[in-house]
Amino acid sequence: MSMNNDSFETQEFKLNLGPQHPSTHGVYQAVLTINGEYVSEAENVIGYLHRGIEKMCESRTYTKIIPYTSRLDYLASMLNNHGYVGAVEKLMGVEVPERAEYIRVIMCELQRIASHLVMVASMALDFNAFTAWMYAFADRERILDLFEMACGSRLTVSYMRIGGLSRDLPEEFMPALKKLLKELPGRIKDFDNLVSGNEIFTGRSKNICPIDAKKAIDYGFTGPNLRASGVQFDLRKASPYSIYDRFDFEIPVLHNGDCFDRYYIRMLEMYQSLRILEQAVESIPEGPVMAKVPKVIKPPKGEIYHQIEGSKGLLGYYIISDGSTKPSRVHIHGPSFVNIGVIPEIARGITIQDFVSLLASLDIVLGEIDR
Amino acid sequence: MLNTSELLERLNKDFDGSLALTEDSQAVSVNKVEIIKLLQLLKEKHGFEMLLDITSAEYNDRLEVVYHLMNLENAGVLRVKTGLSKQSPSVASSIPVWKAADVMEREIFDLMGIVFEGHGNLKRILCPEDFEGHPLRKDFKPDIIERF
Repeated sequence: MSMNNDSFETQEFKLNLGPQHPSTHGVYQAVLTINGEYVSEAENVIGYLHRGIEKMCESRTYTKIIPYTSRLDYLASMLNNHGYVGAVEKLMGVEVPERAEYIRVIMCELQRIASHLVMVASMALDFNAFTAWMYAFADRERILDLFEMACGSRLTVSYMRIGGLSRDLPEEFMPALKKLLKELPGRIKDFDNLVSGNEIFTGRSKNICPIDAKKAIDYGFTGPNLRASGVQFDLRKASPYSIYDRFDFEIPVLHNGDCFDRYYIRMLEMYQSLRILEQAVESIPEGPVMAKVPKVIKPPKGEIYHQIEGSKGLLGYYIISDGSTKPSRVHIHGPSFVNIGVIPEIARGITIQDFVSLLASLDIVLGEIDR
Repeated sequence: MLNTSELLERLNKDFDGSLALTEDSQAVSVNKVEIIKLLQLLKEKHGFEMLLDITSAEYNDRLEVVYHLMNLENAGVLRVKTGLSKQSPSVASSIPVWKAADVMEREIFDLMGIVFEGHGNLKRILCPEDFEGHPLRKDFKPDIIERF
């Protein structure tokens, strides 16, 4: 199909992809300027889910902010909680008991697997692989059942508290987790076998929108998107927080930086998370799950920037405390907010279906972008 | 953790402007006219390849723009701050140094009202386009706005 065919007149026009669209992964709008089937300009329009969380945090006490953080990246709420309570604990100098640290790592790694399952399933669904989507979501349901057993809610958990956890695990949690750890690797392998070699899937994702390492660093990518572009950086190994230095796991890295690599790196990361889970389950100690913190949380005057390896990149919390019970400023650095910055440059010259593939592979969550 | 005072000593050799450690000795504070030069120097000569975050904060007497930079070799994070006055605050845009600054500066303009000179596309990103006011300011009063 030649673009310079003289007898065929084309005209550029603007098309709205979203905010209501099955393939935009949330309320995200892209204003595309299209020539035929090719995108000549793409502009992001976000803000449909802006709830003013940073402003609300300035008038809430530190513990009351925890449920707000669950709702940032709503597909990975345990990780968001962990980042926030870690930041306040660092500011106050609180030491979390051992058992609480182990349970936090177990919850975070389970949440990472659940979040990656959503990404790979949604990417497959965008290419019309309905069965693959169902397989991944069935496994995710089993993880959410475990969360419900521990803290009562599946999606927006507010399980962690400043100094530990809100409550200890019930008795039936560990046997159920051990059962899941026996069955989950096989199920993820099934998904891998179904999808990764499929001709349609690879045809729509290999060599589409490659991002090299230099561009990825320039645009501030972190997390799986950066590791798919060849930079082997993971905060859990580079500067371990919590008790991640006690576990033996690898950091996968891929080098093409195309949509397929951004998908496949998440499959590889799920296997590594399973390794961490097995080790944590084996060595979890008994003990209290909450440190001795004062009833009214008043961190000393100061500021802190604390970051964790979230499921979509480095999730950072910048908290400025003025010594009172409410923070003076809370800023949340959401990795998806930075990831969409690359779209106007990369999307030039690709087809509309490649745009959908690009958006699925970047793994954005609007809760984190808009806050 | 990063040893900020040691880094400051090394920086002072290459940098001819005035740098200072902040009160809590965890961040480097610089005058707003020299901020881009400092960021460029940190990126090219001192290994801070990645821009993690740009954000802003309001204090009683000033606004501040806070940059967080990261060194990918040792995961060290550096905080750089620059103070601005509350009346028509503006500072140069750091897009020439890192492209990641684009969306972050638009958010700061939208929510705090700081103008980034040379940005090229400085319009609101989170609030609607016809929104009036800058929500993160302490004196922002959310009125009920008649939209229809």
